[in-house]
Amino acid sequence: MSEKVLMKGNEAIAEAAIRSGCKLFFGYPITPQTEVSAYMSKRMPQVDGLYLQAESEVAAINMVYGAAATGARAMTSSSSPGISLKQEGLSYIAGADLPCVIINIVRGGPGLGGIQPAQSDYFQATKGGGHGDYNLVVLAPSTIQECVDLTYKAFDIADQYRVPVMIMGDGMLGQMMEPVSFPAHDDSVTFDKSWACNTTGMKRKKNIVNSLYINPDELENLVWERQKRYDLITEKETRAESFFCEDADIVLVAYGTIARVAMNAVKKARAMGIKAGLIRPITLWPFPEQEIANVAKTAKSFLSVEMSTGQMVYDVKLAVNGKCPVEFYGRTGGVVPVPQEILDKIVEMSKKL
Amino acid sequence: MSIVFEKPHALSDVGFHYCPGCTHGIVHRLVAEVLDELKLEGEAVGIASVGCSVFSYNYFECDMVQAAHGRAPAVATGVKRANPDKVVFTYQGDGDLLAIGTAETIHAATRGENITVVFINNCIYGMTGGQMAPTSLVGQVTQTTPYGRKTETQGWPINGCELVSQLEGTALAQRVAVNNVKNIREAKAAIKKAFTYQTEKKGFTFVEVLSTCPTNWGLSPQESLKWMEENMMPQYPLGVYKDKGAKGDE
Ligand SMILES: Cc1ncc(C[n+]2csc(CCOP(=O)(O)OP(=O)(O)O)c2C)c(N)n1
Ligand code: SF4
Ligand SMILES: [Mg+2]
Repeated sequence: MSEKVLMKGNEAIAEAAIRSGCKLFFGYPITPQTEVSAYMSKRMPQVDGLYLQAESEVAAINMVYGAAATGARAMTSSSSPGISLKQEGLSYIAGADLPCVIINIVRGGPGLGGIQPAQSDYFQATKGGGHGDYNLVVLAPSTIQECVDLTYKAFDIADQYRVPVMIMGDGMLGQMMEPVSFPAHDDSVTFDKSWACNTTGMKRKKNIVNSLYINPDELENLVWERQKRYDLITEKETRAESFFCEDADIVLVAYGTIARVAMNAVKKARAMGIKAGLIRPITLWPFPEQEIANVAKTAKSFLSVEMSTGQMVYDVKLAVNGKCPVEFYGRTGGVVPVPQEILDKIVEMSKKL
Repeated sequence: MSIVFEKPHALSDVGFHYCPGCTHGIVHRLVAEVLDELKLEGEAVGIASVGCSVFSYNYFECDMVQAAHGRAPAVATGVKRANPDKVVFTYQGDGDLLAIGTAETIHAATRGENITVVFINNCIYGMTGGQMAPTSLVGQVTQTTPYGRKTETQGWPINGCELVSQLEGTALAQRVAVNNVKNIREAKAAIKKAFTYQTEKKGFTFVEVLSTCPTNWGLSPQESLKWMEENMMPQYPLGVYKDKGAKGDE
């Protein structure tokens, strides 16, 4: 299917996962990601795969842990409150070096919050969330087509580095419809699964999937070994897109659907003669620090635009490293900023240049 | 020279870390003997839980997955659904299975998940040093019930077999003990039946084993067996609570 079809983001992610060879999906209903589950429950039986509605997000992520431990491609999806419940499982998955994909269609919080789009779980996704020294690879699509492309990518990154990968979108991305195409999935690449617990058949020594290491030296070595893999991921997989940054005075940083709104504001600013630019991180972890640092050599100020009270802005500040001021503009609680608000902020900043 | 006694093949050639007189070791051996007799070692994936048996991943020769506290039935579900024709078992303590993991237990049972759960009921949190377990007896003194378990504040013990036997998905729910030779034989037969039912895809199989914790009960191994008989058995009567394979129980 390379012709374009009109699909919701949630459904496109689900279909892309199936085309990536994901044969097991464990879900639990929560708005605004329920379409992923609904789609999976319809499609999985058609492709000889499994859709299972778990008793909770805690159970769902542990089912993913079990399925991933056998070497199978497995996935779960949820939204903010459910992702909070998955943190224990994510820490164990990271600690046991299991590949899997987690979809997080973020809604407003904290607590039960709301069901409208938000980006207020950036800290949780990129700074740990669960316990221990670990990271999730976090991918942030901004279009439905990118949902498809990054889902393909997510399963490969997970298998290649034996890490959990999160696709983080907001409710808007999950719910809106856009035309997408599904490129043929490259099934030729294979990954080492000799560690998998899929029974010995009395033909090999037993495998153990585990995250317990009582000896501190042993645990430390394993954690540093994993850290080296994280460094490799940072080197090889960091992704960002930039627009009009070469001569930009004011550089916006925004991800996901808000990057599209920010882009709109940047174009309006350019039309007014303000040299604005945009960097759109595609990987939130690893964060495109280098791209930002490079632009910070010539830019005069930065603006982090988020649907939160300001979370990614700390990473932008670290990347800019004091070279120029970093400001923040955000709406939260499920409120989506319109281009004019962002433009007003750009104009205000331009007066200080 | 003829060999008269051997370690089961499915039991790894490493020393147990269990305390002297602890019956966890006996149950390990029974599970391994059953895996040998049914020729399932090469077909099985075991799930180790969090409790004194956490290192069981070192003790069984089949592939082993270590699960978070209480989540073994969910992890087993993931393994089983990925490999429906393989044999999957969990080995869990009472805190793991009936406190933090109650939801996972009940729902694996009610789904009729084709897995075998070996449930070690020792009325205590062994690994963490002897705190009250959901199965601790009324009046039982533990580190966190220094005045004895009081029903007014801590409620009553939970009976695992009775609970899961109510669920349609459960194919076998049997309570056994490893306090004497006769009971050990029955325990092995129950474990064997559970694994056999699993291979026949009959549904969720659950074997509760009354087990001792001499260390945290503060008793000698001998006294512990007596304490089990006198105190645990009245609260947790041995027997078959559900057997979908038995005649008249279909
Ligand atoms: C989430 C979490 N909470 C608490 C613990 C601490 N913990 C380890 S073992 C255990 C109790 C185990 O008791 P039980 O399941 O009865 O097994 P036993 O040691 O008695 O065989 C607890 C509370 C933990 N490891 N993880
Ligand atoms: S603490 Fe109790 S249950 Fe744990 S190994 Fe020792 S005797 Fe056995
Ligand atoms: Mg116990």
